Amino acid sequence: MSTIVFIDTRGGKLPKAAQEAVTYASQLEGGPVTAVTFGDAQGLETLGAQGASKVVVARGVSTVDGQQLTKLVCDVAAAEGATTIVCVSDATGKAVAPRVAARLKAGHVAGTIGLPQGNRFTRNVFSGKARAQVEVTSATRVISLSPNSIPIGTGGGSATVQEHAGDLGPSRITVKELRKAGSGIPLPEAERVVSAGRGMKGPENWGPVEELANLLHAATACSRPVADMHWRPHHEHVGQTGVAIRPNLYIAIGISGAIQHLAGVNQSKVICVINKDPEAPFFKAADYGIVGDAFEVLPKLIEAAKKLNAER
Amino acid sequence: MKILVLISQVPDTTARIAFTNNNTQYDANGVTFIVNPYDEWYALVRALELKEAAGAGSVTSITVGGADNEATIRKALAIGADDAVRIDVAALEAYQVACEVAAYAKDKGFDLILAGKETIDFNGGQVGAMVAELLDLPYVPLASKLDVAGTTATVERDVPGGVEVLELQLPAVIGAAKGMAEQRIPNMRGIMAARTKPLTVVPSSNPASVASTVQFELPPAKGAVKMIPAEEAGKLIELLHTEAKVI
Ligand SMILES: Cc1cc2nc3c(=O)[nH]c(=O)nc-3n(C[C@H](O)[C@H](O)[C@H](O)COP(=O)(O)OP(=O)(O)OC[C@H]3O[C@@H](n4cnc5c(N)ncnc54)[C@H](O)[C@@H]3O)c2cc1C
Repeated sequence: MSTIVFIDTRGGKLPKAAQEAVTYASQLEGGPVTAVTFGDAQGLETLGAQGASKVVVARGVSTVDGQQLTKLVCDVAAAEGATTIVCVSDATGKAVAPRVAARLKAGHVAGTIGLPQGNRFTRNVFSGKARAQVEVTSATRVISLSPNSIPIGTGGGSATVQEHAGDLGPSRITVKELRKAGSGIPLPEAERVVSAGRGMKGPENWGPVEELANLLHAATACSRPVADMHWRPHHEHVGQTGVAIRPNLYIAIGISGAIQHLAGVNQSKVICVINKDPEAPFFKAADYGIVGDAFEVLPKLIEAAKKLNAER
Repeated sequence: MKILVLISQVPDTTARIAFTNNNTQYDANGVTFIVNPYDEWYALVRALELKEAAGAGSVTSITVGGADNEATIRKALAIGADDAVRIDVAALEAYQVACEVAAYAKDKGFDLILAGKETIDFNGGQVGAMVAELLDLPYVPLASKLDVAGTTATVERDVPGGVEVLELQLPAVIGAAKGMAEQRIPNMRGIMAARTKPLTVVPSSNPASVASTVQFELPPAKGAVKMIPAEEAGKLIELLHTEAKVI
């Protein structure tokens, strides 16, 4: 019995979601943990701290081809005799985990939010309005972990790193271009998010929103109409039809709190709402609220955040 | 171009969420069902646009579910699908649905299979990828743009920090996200035509069950909101630091 954890380690340092997944895999008690990854990441031996005993890395493989990556995961799983396969519920994981499950005729838990109770894994359903417990009945199980679900483990040793040698077949998908929209914190794994809506009146008014986000080391997000009107890029749109996020802190400025918006943010640990309308539905979902004009409240928040940063 | 679009039915976005039978089943009592927005607005409409641009081809909708899916299927036909397929079995889990779709699609020669990025009830986003694996086809999830020239598809998707442009050869499976198309409201002619368009009911291929949802629960209730006067807005930052400890 052993556990495989498939992670995307692209980018300079090891992503938080990857470290969380390795931690999770080591806490599942499915035997020794082998991490599987791809690309040119360095420092992979440090995943030992999160509980991996070995890291297998396929250096030359396509970063977007779910078929090659699925073969990689299944080859390593077969070699290791793994019965548990952990993935991250992100763009890479979503292209791979269900494929691995279908290939191995294994049950898949899409986006679990914590360790299981016995055989039961909890996940959010109905866009965060309810939770479901899923039981996997097949011999092999594939578990995708939602980001921000578990504190990162420390204290393990160093993992051995091994390059994958096997043939993964031809790549059928190629990356033509990567258009950078900014170097900010990726929204799905951000611990803090400052979000603004139609109440900001126009894209020219986002300066203070970005300034507050910077001061709080937060990512920026927006409501759907804001993205639809091209005030902000589409990848910032959170909600039922946008990105679903679960940060520790979500600050909503000039957002009414429509049910479809809440669906994407209601799993945030602490929600702050700033709205000039005391009847805005968002206050019902909030932990902290300020009834006031965003254009007067934001400078006060920025000033207080600067003061706090100066004191630390 | 021969296109298959996966269509499912979900509770309306504003529907009350409650459970019955000791919290083992969704309580559909009095709930209005709609076509899953990702399937309808993006996958289906883009399929129709691609067919229209090519001036030839067909768009088939496929639904796994009982006869109570009729309204959903007719809506897909009213929006413009040429014909519809319903696999006559209750949809329970992603793997089961994917097996049913793959068993149907296997020998039909579809150039493109489009699914919504996820359903808004179970939020799994698994079916498209599983169908692709079962049919040995490439798959791109979360696509916000899709163009086809000959047998080459160009796909854009939002990734953290930017937009990725991918190229692949058809046949392929694509998961449709926001941006791929604009919602189309069916007109009277479409609604009339939908009544006479072919709907084929296909028996289940009885795939194995590998997972099941055994229990539902509502999330823990929120405590009361703490209001801070606008004049003292700066206090919020203090409280987030000292009380909530999130900054
Ligand atoms: C099927 C479906 C899916 C949807 N999916 C999403 C989704 O994923 N995400 C999403 O966000 N929406 C979604 N929507 C839309 C959603 O219903 C709302 O229309 C949308 O969230 C409203 O955005 P908003 O709060 O920015 O704008 P508004 O509703 O216009 O609210 C603006 C708010 O700003 C406040 N305000 C105005 N001026 C100021 C000021 N100076 N200072 C402070 N406050 C001010 C107002 O009081 C108001 O509450 C969806 C809708 C449907 C039907």
